[in-house]
Amino acid sequence: MCNKHVPVRKGSDMHVPDGFLDAPTSVATAAVAVAGVGLALSRARRELDDRTAPLAGLVAVFVFAAQMLNFPVGAGTSGHLLGGTLAAVLVGPWTATLCLTVVLAVQALLFADGGITALGTNITLMALVGVWAGWLVFVGLRRVARSAGPKVVPALAGVAALVSVPTAALAFTALYAVGGRAPIPLGELTAAMVGWHTVIGIGEGVITLLAVGSIIATRPDLVHGARGLLSARPLQIRTEVPA
Amino acid sequence: MGGQLGDHLHVEGDSPVHRLPAHVKLIGLVVFVLLVVALPRDAHLARAATLAVAVIVVALTRVPVRHVLSRLVVETPFVVFAVVLPFVATGPRTTIGPVTVSRPGLEAGLALLVTATTSVLMAVAFATTTSSRDLVRALQHLHVPDRLVQILAFMVRYLGVVGSQAQRMKVARESRGFAPRSVRSWPVIATSAGALFIRSYERGERVHLAMMSRGYTGRMPVTDPLRATPTQWGHGLLPGALALVTLVAVVVS
Repeated sequence: MCNKHVPVRKGSDMHVPDGFLDAPTSVATAAVAVAGVGLALSRARRELDDRTAPLAGLVAVFVFAAQMLNFPVGAGTSGHLLGGTLAAVLVGPWTATLCLTVVLAVQALLFADGGITALGTNITLMALVGVWAGWLVFVGLRRVARSAGPKVVPALAGVAALVSVPTAALAFTALYAVGGRAPIPLGELTAAMVGWHTVIGIGEGVITLLAVGSIIATRPDLVHGARGLLSARPLQIRTEVPA
Repeated sequence: MGGQLGDHLHVEGDSPVHRLPAHVKLIGLVVFVLLVVALPRDAHLARAATLAVAVIVVALTRVPVRHVLSRLVVETPFVVFAVVLPFVATGPRTTIGPVTVSRPGLEAGLALLVTATTSVLMAVAFATTTSSRDLVRALQHLHVPDRLVQILAFMVRYLGVVGSQAQRMKVARESRGFAPRSVRSWPVIATSAGALFIRSYERGERVHLAMMSRGYTGRMPVTDPLRATPTQWGHGLLPGALALVTLVAVVVS
């Protein structure tokens, strides 16, 4: 076995720590998170019925594990998946919101990664904005490309994932403008955040595209985002054995 | 549990912090960190005092120092940000040695560094002394919505299982000569991620069926409720009380 030992959790650039935003902003985003997660709790039933808890738990583990897969970029650096859009396309946005919320809570409480008072901020940015920006873009594109069938789903998921990352970064910048603790010129901060996260988003988009593509190839029935498109496929009865 | 995913912060022990009930520790942690975050930006002395409180609590857990330090790496991105802050922020300038930096930026950078370190230390003290099972019981006790607690419970239960599955897939890839070096390896890793999703999802279905056959109705019974004495509450809330005293002292002076 030649696997190098990897630290359990590397610091990830998207987790807001304690003290980054002031107390009122932290409390306000916590309220937004509570409202959003509360709504997701009642709506996720429709996506997974009574299997919600065991399945969403396992999907949360998957998101957690997928975030730890390293994608080499070259020159010794590597990136990793954030997984919001991927989860939304695979299991539906409400369940994805719950999964990402639980992942963030476990990271904050069992791995000390991401602030305790910033948990609401992190949930708002990644479980609400990250998941829903990706999902809404995906649904919009799917409506346009409905005629193309399930083949385009991976590409649509990829584009949605690309858009979701800079959108979450933009939401972070907006929060920083309200509750940031140091006067940074906002124009430059926005440009730097959105620019850098567009680069990260390209990686996120490509990985999401490839991952959704591989799942559609083997278990298309599991991909929530492809449901409406799959039913259009008629049953083929082949009477001749292909040579 | 094998696999690097299952191997989270918890360290077995019998320190005073280990013995506190999990829900008391969780409330104590949240109260403490919230008060530390509420300190004004220029209250450097008060912030240093809260850092000292956090260091004392970590020392009380009797967890090896090396273990604690290795967990502080989660802070790295924000150390970088705190160092850059004085150079990019606006406002009146001040000179330290050969460089001129922004004064509010310097103060904010310092404040961020100390606040983040204080809260990470406190979170480490919580995580090293609380098993994942106790965290689930604490959240249940604190009336976090049942479905959310269940998702979290299933997640921490299967963290090690799925983690070692991911590890086995990695070993399988590498024993077939795969070496992730450049962007060209992405399709392979992404396909593995896809396979991991299918396996996790199917495991979830099997777990659900196994639980149904054992009488699961969508709720988890509370078999061993957590209890705390007033003394334990006092101990758990002591760091928070100290932070409150510092905050009041800063506001009054």
